[in-house]
Parts: sequence; C-alpha cells; structure tokens
Amino acid sequence: MGKITIGCFSSLVGSMSLDFAVKLSEAAVKKGHEVDLWLSGNGTMLGKKGQSKFRDYSYLMDTVTELIKSGKFKITNCEACAKARGISREDTVEGFGVASMDWYLASAFSTDRILHIGGE
Amino acid sequence: MAIKKIAFIVEKLPYKSETSRLALTHTIASQTVEIHLEDGDNVEPVLAFVGEGVLNCLKNQKALELYGVSSLEAHVKNALLLDLRVLVCKEDLEGFGLTEDSIVMDAEEIGGEVTTQVVPYEEIQQDLEAADHLMFF
Repeated sequence: MGKITIGCFSSLVGSMSLDFAVKLSEAAVKKGHEVDLWLSGNGTMLGKKGQSKFRDYSYLMDTVTELIKSGKFKITNCEACAKARGISREDTVEGFGVASMDWYLASAFSTDRILHIGGE
Repeated sequence: MAIKKIAFIVEKLPYKSETSRLALTHTIASQTVEIHLEDGDNVEPVLAFVGEGVLNCLKNQKALELYGVSSLEAHVKNALLLDLRVLVCKEDLEGFGLTEDSIVMDAEEIGGEVTTQVVPYEEIQQDLEAADHLMFF
C-alpha cells in the first residue's frame, strides 16, 4: 500500500476543493493507503471547533473524525495560516495536528504521490 | 540518505489571492524540513515563476505601505538570501514588456549571494521533469 500526501489551500465554505480532498482521502484510506492531508491558507478552517451542520454548506467533520480513527490518516493545519485567521490550537478539533509548513514538505519527502490543490 | 527535489511553480498574480505568498513561504520552509527527516535526508527546492506569476518578482512593491503586509518582493529576496534556485520564465517576462531591470535579481543588500535566473521556459521544463514532486501555486 502507498502513501498519498494532499495539500489543500481552499476554504471549507466557498469552494468544493476541500470536499474533494476529504472524499479522495476517504477513498484512499478505504483502499488501505495512508493519507497525509495538509491544510493551509483558507483550508485551515476545516479544523475549527464548533462548526454547524447546515444543508446549504459543506460539513466534513464526521468523515474527518472517522478517518482519524482509522489510524491511516493524518490531518494537519498550517499553524501560521490558522493563527492568522484566529484559529489557535485551543480552537482546533482534537485529532488535528498543528505544524509549520516544513511538515508538509517532510510528508512530501516520504510520499508516493502528491496532490497539491492550490487556493482560490 | 536521500534528497528529494520539489519544484514550486508560481503562476498566480501577487496580491489577488494568497496563493503566490504561500508558494514562497512553503518554498522557504524547505530550509527547516530536516528537523522532520532522518539524518542525511533533505528536500531540494526550485522556485519557478511562469505566466502571470512573473509579476510576483517586480521591484519596488509597496505592499507594506498600502496593505500592511510583507511584499512578495521581500519574500523573493529571502529566497535568494537562502541560496534557493529562483527561475523566472524569460518568454513570460518579455510578454509583459519586462526585463531583468524590472524584477528582483539579487538580495545583495541583505547579504544574498545567488541571483535570480531568467531562463527560457525550456530550461524550467527540464527542472520540472527532474523534480520528484511538483507543487503548482
């Protein structure tokens, strides 16, 4: 089985790219692969505590929680990007990592494939 | 012990979105990636500006004065200070009527020793083909 690193810079609300990244992660984990998901820029809002589930907006936390439980999925917020948006470690959902950008590059070092989804 | 080459390709405009800024900060983060890796392992970045992305390299940006944020010009200088390989597509630069005089070519004033390389796209393509991973911003 392989390892996939996904970098996603798109917001939870306002773009479907993050939905795609999580769906792809789910499919890969179900096939037995490991996935590292790096959230940078507006993507960091995925880790914010207290999200509400409305039908008109994406809600990915249930899927992400299950993925974290699988043990094959690491999800990490860019610390600087999150803090710039007022999202501190205390505001971040349990199970999310918080790291500097070199974490993403280190994941890239050891991965089999990268899917880099830039921002809007 | 291994070195993985990552190519960061910047094709977005400066300031219109956060994208090109994140390209530069992620590229510069390659300088501290070793702390996450085994001894002897490392990442070798190359930073290439193509298309509208070449405008990130313009001189005399006023981002700090106008927006209160660091300029992309300053980030390019930081990349040069860290001896990163910085490439600018010659054809795209000329397409905007720009020359080497229009863009950041060095970071001498802060102690940088390497310079920006304005090269034909063909040369950038060779770097992309030699890279282990590509990140488009």
